[in-house]
Amino acid sequence: MSLLQIDNLTVEFETSTGWFRAVDGVSVSVDNAEVLAIVGESGSGKSVSMLAVMGLLPATAKITADRMLFEGQDIQKLSGSERRKLIGKDIAMIFQEPVASLNPCFTVGFQIEEVLRIHLGLDKKARRARAIELFKLVGLPNPEERLNAYPHQMSGGQCQRVMIAIAIACDPKLLIADEPTTALDVTIQKQILDLIMDLQARTGMGLIMITHDMGVVAETADRVVVQYKGRKMEEADVLSLFENPQSNYTKALLAALPENATGDRLTTVSDFFDGNPEPAPTASATGVNA
Amino acid sequence: MSTDTMLEVRDIKRDYELPGGFMKPKKTIHAVKGVSFKLERGKTLAIVGESGCGKSTLARMITFIDEPTAGDLIIDGQKMDTRPGHLTSEMRQKVQIVFQNPYGSLNPRQKIGDVLGEPLLINTDMSANDRRDRATEMLIKVGLGPEHYNRYPHMFSGGQRQRIAIARALMMNPKLLVLDEPVSALDLSVQAQVLNLLADLQDEFNLTYVFISHDLSVVRYIADEVMVMYFGEAVEYGTRDEVFSAPKHEYTQTLFKATPKADVESIRARVAAKKAASAA
Repeated sequence: MSLLQIDNLTVEFETSTGWFRAVDGVSVSVDNAEVLAIVGESGSGKSVSMLAVMGLLPATAKITADRMLFEGQDIQKLSGSERRKLIGKDIAMIFQEPVASLNPCFTVGFQIEEVLRIHLGLDKKARRARAIELFKLVGLPNPEERLNAYPHQMSGGQCQRVMIAIAIACDPKLLIADEPTTALDVTIQKQILDLIMDLQARTGMGLIMITHDMGVVAETADRVVVQYKGRKMEEADVLSLFENPQSNYTKALLAALPENATGDRLTTVSDFFDGNPEPAPTASATGVNA
Repeated sequence: MSTDTMLEVRDIKRDYELPGGFMKPKKTIHAVKGVSFKLERGKTLAIVGESGCGKSTLARMITFIDEPTAGDLIIDGQKMDTRPGHLTSEMRQKVQIVFQNPYGSLNPRQKIGDVLGEPLLINTDMSANDRRDRATEMLIKVGLGPEHYNRYPHMFSGGQRQRIAIARALMMNPKLLVLDEPVSALDLSVQAQVLNLLADLQDEFNLTYVFISHDLSVVRYIADEVMVMYFGEAVEYGTRDEVFSAPKHEYTQTLFKATPKADVESIRARVAAKKAASAA
């Protein structure tokens, strides 16, 4: 049984010109201890599909799915309060903009202890101890002092470490990382990716890595889903995706990487779709996963 | 060789003073600590470094947005007098800049035609019709169309906006273009299009580029020369092949190691290592 299994997920938003389909019939599944990367450009619906799982989309969004199973339980059927017990505890998420996702009015210590209080019901002393332990785990120096700092007193990389500490505070079974390193420098990106992968290997949690960076995919994923304009283009294990991409969209993406440049101009995605403007998904990607 | 030097920077420095307060002495931050380089006409110099290393401050000094604390700036064989009020509009026209964020660098209340026409309005006495023709011509040159003339920035995608920002920078026929992370806000496929556009324009107008980036794969593709900055100093400077094949400074080596590798061999190695670890 998969840890998370989503079949035929569709998300629509109402606009002045009618319903806009941001995610169109996407099926995704993740196993325990597996790293799945969802890769796509902006507007491909990669974040929206995971926000739908987390229940973080606005009420105006229309979400339909044949099934949305977490550990065999359909999360669509859960009541609001049941779902809130699950989210942040068993399914946790790391967001793209660490500085913007932390509340500037509270210390980071307060924000991490809030999670521990609500989900685990720890008392004050136990919360403090666990928070210090978590800060040590994510590699923040002087955790005792750092707990009293406000987000603006920390760098972007440190804020992302706090976000990770909050996400893993309750030992989640599934961690969703939404572009966790996009706002960071390369050297810091390396540290954060190493940290996330190390935590994943140690705890054996499932990990969904949402990214637009093929380099990040290459360094982290076991399996990859490629999305384009809300539809799944291809699903493959990481090695076959890079070695032998099936869908023409994946081929185009890989060819557009500057390191794969041949000659003095880069291949652009549109070069691949001459006479065939819409990239087509592979046959295996359109079928619903069993 | 010396006649073909487009840009020369000699020991340029920039300090920022932080005001002190009660019981708090004044503090000086050395953002750029003496950087020197020479750049030939028609070539591209890439400046690499992490945030806060002074690469954008350097770009601001080259484009006269910021005044250097010390050092010389020689553009097209002419020593620039960077004191406020001493810059002629002719000097300013030689150097233009394209900023990182195409969403923040265009005025949302200004139509694209006015964005492109404004430099001409300020610097030349062209008639409105001529300005319109020039702007339309430039729109086509950067891969947009005449129909975009009357639109507002919010009607464009990120890649299109970056094309507009490039078109605006080219309106006064500059010789030197400073590109401050021009593609880091763009998607991979759009990034390829914009990089191709920059290469085409460089060939057509014999432009000299100072290309600021933190993405080493982009730098490797576009640069002739590479400079790596670290805490306000140039720790590595040489041709692209020198820097990429034999990085000397420790920081450059760290930077190379930290860059994700997307080639099949490294993925194979990683997958194998993971299998071995889980079997053990």
